[in-house]
Amino acid sequence: MKVAIFSTCVVDLLFPNVGQAMVEVLERFGCETALPTDQICCGQPTYNSGYRKESNKVFYNEIDALLSANADYIVGPAGSCVAMLREYPHILKDDPEYSQKAQELADKSYEFSQFLYNVLGVIDAGAQLDATATYHRSCHMTRLLGEKTAPFKLLEQVKDLKMVPLPHLENCCGFGGTFSVKEPEISKQMVDEKVDSVISTGAKILISADASCLMNIGGRFSRRNESIKIMHIAEVLNHNVDTSRIRYKDQPTTV
Amino acid sequence: MTISTSDKPFLTRVKESENDHFMQQSVAKAQDAQWDKRTAAREELGNWEQWRDLGEQIRQHVIKYLPDYLEQFSDNVTKKGGHVFFAQTDEEAANYIKEIAKKKNAHKIVKSKSMVTTEIDLDKVLLSLPDTSLMETDLAEFILQEDDWDEPTHIVFPTLHKNRNQIQKVFKKLGYSGTNDPEEMAKFARKYLREYFMQADLGITGCNFAIADSGLINLVTNEGNADLTMAIPETQIVVMGMERIVPSLKEAEVLDNMLCRSAVGQKLTSYCSFSGKQVVGESDGPSDFYVVILDNGRSNALGTDFEPVLQCIRCGACLNVCPIYRHIGGHGYGSIYPGPIGAVLSPVLDGYEKFGDLPFASSLCAACTETCPVKIPLHNLLIKHREVMMDKLKMDHSFNNVLMKGAGVATSSPILFKMALEGDHLGSAPLSKSKKTTVDNLFNYGHIEKAPSLGAGWTNVRDLARPPKHSENFRSWYKKHKKEQQEGVSHD
Repeated sequence: MKVAIFSTCVVDLLFPNVGQAMVEVLERFGCETALPTDQICCGQPTYNSGYRKESNKVFYNEIDALLSANADYIVGPAGSCVAMLREYPHILKDDPEYSQKAQELADKSYEFSQFLYNVLGVIDAGAQLDATATYHRSCHMTRLLGEKTAPFKLLEQVKDLKMVPLPHLENCCGFGGTFSVKEPEISKQMVDEKVDSVISTGAKILISADASCLMNIGGRFSRRNESIKIMHIAEVLNHNVDTSRIRYKDQPTTV
Repeated sequence: MTISTSDKPFLTRVKESENDHFMQQSVAKAQDAQWDKRTAAREELGNWEQWRDLGEQIRQHVIKYLPDYLEQFSDNVTKKGGHVFFAQTDEEAANYIKEIAKKKNAHKIVKSKSMVTTEIDLDKVLLSLPDTSLMETDLAEFILQEDDWDEPTHIVFPTLHKNRNQIQKVFKKLGYSGTNDPEEMAKFARKYLREYFMQADLGITGCNFAIADSGLINLVTNEGNADLTMAIPETQIVVMGMERIVPSLKEAEVLDNMLCRSAVGQKLTSYCSFSGKQVVGESDGPSDFYVVILDNGRSNALGTDFEPVLQCIRCGACLNVCPIYRHIGGHGYGSIYPGPIGAVLSPVLDGYEKFGDLPFASSLCAACTETCPVKIPLHNLLIKHREVMMDKLKMDHSFNNVLMKGAGVATSSPILFKMALEGDHLGSAPLSKSKKTTVDNLFNYGHIEKAPSLGAGWTNVRDLARPPKHSENFRSWYKKHKKEQQEGVSHD
């Protein structure tokens, strides 16, 4: 099966470790990957700020770039950006040239953990990580993409990893794309509450399926001189993998 | 227009809220408590998503045929001897009500909580009449009134920002000498208000739903004050927004069910009544009955992208899940309609000059959209507002506007983006710090503590990761990785 990597601008610009881990995990499960190099960004920064006209060009470029790989699936390391790809058909429904293409793109786009769990049917990725961690449930992944299960199921199976629940799981971390730079006064209070919640769990690692939220929460941890390790879920599922432990959902518990 | 609660700039209000620790704590506590209650009440009902579909259908249907339903409702009220007045503006509505009070020679007025009467600033207008007393009989609104007409901060819990000590202080002015025990204070208020009820010659209520095929008014409360306001005075005036209508009792039953569970996490409130003008054989109810149906900007939404905002049934659930409301509180919004619904509705009613800041005060987390019982796409409507302001009205003339347009170009041109990927590590050199950070695995290539321009908004609050060298970024790694794969070189 061929998978086009939807790398997202944040990973392209800042976090090679996240993209790398995702590619390695996908290839471990037999996916042939391709990275369309004309892709840039899902368009949320401009679209969510009200710049509709400018955003259309961003959408067109992203659609053409990602479809050019002719892949069976398109997989990205960010629930929010993938949710945006799934919004394209609604936004471009009256666009004579792109409405069809937008639908095609949306139909084959998945967030990384969602793809692993729901499409590939993986339950145990074979990873091991000796730590206590907590998981930040990102808003767009949960509410727009509707994926509430996959990350938790996959993390549950990581050997030696103790997951502790994060209080106020439902509250936004205060990232919100351009919101974080346009409304720092409010964003700060939100991310502070999130940092406090993470600290209250005693977890040493904060995991999420959205690099942008991690960049926000981690950035505030750093500013407050509080200690934490940040890991994207792809990095966790790529950690110390023992392929003999890999297990699919339809397999019996003991091999 | 009087939906505004403050003349202070948005940022000042945000700062004031940040310093109001008590308010923030009580909002957070209320949100958390309501989260559990609401969720339980919805789960108990079962099939919540299907109920939402039904709620949405009912409300969309009504809005689509609004003129017809309003006419039917109005005919039915008139048939039973009531009067209906359609008010275009807040002023028209308030003046009409004032004239009725004068005509009926009413001097003792009781009211039950109604956002729409706050919207038309009715209290002030009526109190300008000679020898007139006016009493808000909803406990929370009563407290606000006695606290020199403090502004409400929530559409369902108006005094969310006040604690029991503050309330005790307010009551002391009325002769209360008891403790700050909520039950004791409520008993005092009950007794105090009862006298006003018994003497009232004019009652004014809002309206949860107006029933088109019978001309009845449906009200839900937990205190029974609305029922007394309807039952005792000879004259009753109902004030309602023009969208607050349902076809028949059947739809009211569905929506009441969803309203009470969403607003207060109850199956149904303690009182849920359907009434109108006193009919032959009834022992209570008004002999003179008026309904004022208010537009006041609502029709701005008709036929536009914002039409879904008229579906709202004022349950306040979106306020109770909103992380922005959690921190800036009702007063932060500067509108009597705060929270996500307020951020959508206020600019529709009163324009962007006054309320243009509100649609931007959202991280678009969509908690509001997820909880809305009638499926208003609230976070999408906030984006729509931004679109109208930026794309159509071109309201932003600052340098940020230039930068955002630049961002549009940069994120749609592969060549420019590739150039950025090549230069961003070096370009960020003057800004970067090698200082140790307490955060592991986020700043693998250094971090930035002070970024210029738009980036300052970010670094005023948190550190920013520095981009890797071009040779170490994801695309370079991938290229190498693919090459190795093709050459059959194994890697770990």
